[in-house]
Amino acid sequence: MHETDMTKALILTLRDWWEAEDRPVIARIHLIVGKFTCVEPASLQFAFDVQTQGTFLETAELVIEETPLIAFCHTCQQEYAPAIGIQYACPACRSPMDDIRSGRELKIERIECTVP
Amino acid sequence: MHQTYDAALGINLLHANQAGAEHNRAHLDAWGITCLNIMSSPGAGKTALLERTLAALTADFRIAVIEGDMTTELDADRLRQYGVPVIAINTGRSCHLDSRMVSGGLHRLEHEYNPAEFDLLLVENVGNLVCPAEFEVGEHAKVALLSVTEGEDKPLKYPIMFQEADCLLITKMDLAPYLDVDLERIIANVRQMNTTVKIIPVSAKTGEGLEVWLDWVRSVTKPTGVPA
Repeated sequence: MHETDMTKALILTLRDWWEAEDRPVIARIHLIVGKFTCVEPASLQFAFDVQTQGTFLETAELVIEETPLIAFCHTCQQEYAPAIGIQYACPACRSPMDDIRSGRELKIERIECTVP
Repeated sequence: MHQTYDAALGINLLHANQAGAEHNRAHLDAWGITCLNIMSSPGAGKTALLERTLAALTADFRIAVIEGDMTTELDADRLRQYGVPVIAINTGRSCHLDSRMVSGGLHRLEHEYNPAEFDLLLVENVGNLVCPAEFEVGEHAKVALLSVTEGEDKPLKYPIMFQEADCLLITKMDLAPYLDVDLERIIANVRQMNTTVKIIPVSAKTGEGLEVWLDWVRSVTKPTGVPA
C-alpha cells in the first residue's frame, strides 16, 4: 500500500512546519487530494491514523477534500471531466488532455492549531 | 483557555520530498550530471534496457547507476558487470525511491568517486507503475517503460506515469508478433494525455529501436569532458 509512504512523506512535511512554528498542538489538518493522483483518500486516512500513533500528530484529525479531474479543451474552448481509466481526450473533438485545471492537487490546505 | 488559530499552508503534501529532489538536482547540476529516472511495472525490462545502454554508452560517457530494489542486489550485480559504479538502494517495504534515498546514494557516489567526472546517472526505480510517478528524486527527465505483454489499456489505467513521462519505451517488441497487441492503440492511448512524450518501440533482445533510444539519451546528456 503506497499510501503508507505517502503518509510518511506527509508527516515529514508536517514535522518541518510544526518545528518551525514552535510546536503548537495540531487539531485538524485539511488536505486537498485530486482524483488524478496516485492517492486513495480512504487508504491515506487509515495509514495516517496508524502511523501517527505516539507522535505529535496522535490527536490530530485528518480531513480530506477530494477534487474532480477537470480538463480544458482549447479546441472547443470548454471544460470537460475526463473519464479516469477510460478516456482522457475531449469527448467532443478528441483533442488530447493537455490542460488539467483540477485533479492533480496533493495539498496541505490549512492546519487548525491550539496554543495552550 | 486555549487559543486556536488557522494556518493557511497551501503546500504540497510531498513538500519534504520535493525539496529533497530539488536539493539532489542542484548537486547533480553542480557536478554536470544528467539524471534519468527510469520507471515501469516489475518485469517490463528496465534492467535489460540498462544493460544494453551501458554496453553502448560507456565509451562516450562516464555513467553511474542507482539501483532501487525492494530486497535484493540481483539487478545491481547484473549491471556491475559493465564496469560502472552501481549503488544499490534496498527500499525495504517501500515501493518506490524517494528523494531521501537517492540523496543517500549521491552521498555514497561523492564519497567513493569524484562525482564531477560523471556525465550521466541512471536511476532504476522500483518496479511499480503507480507511486514512482509522484515521487521526484531529482531527475532531469522521466523515462517510462511499458512492455507489449502488459496490454494497450495500461496508459489509461495508470495515467499519471504516462502523463509525467518525457520518454516512453515500448519494450519487448520482439514478442509483438506472438501477441494480439495493437501498437498504434498503445500510442493513441498515451497521446490522449501526453502530446510531447518521445515514444520509442524497442527490443533489448533483438536491438530494434535501441539506436533511437541511445540517440535520445545522447541528446539529453552533456559530456563534461574526458576524465583525467
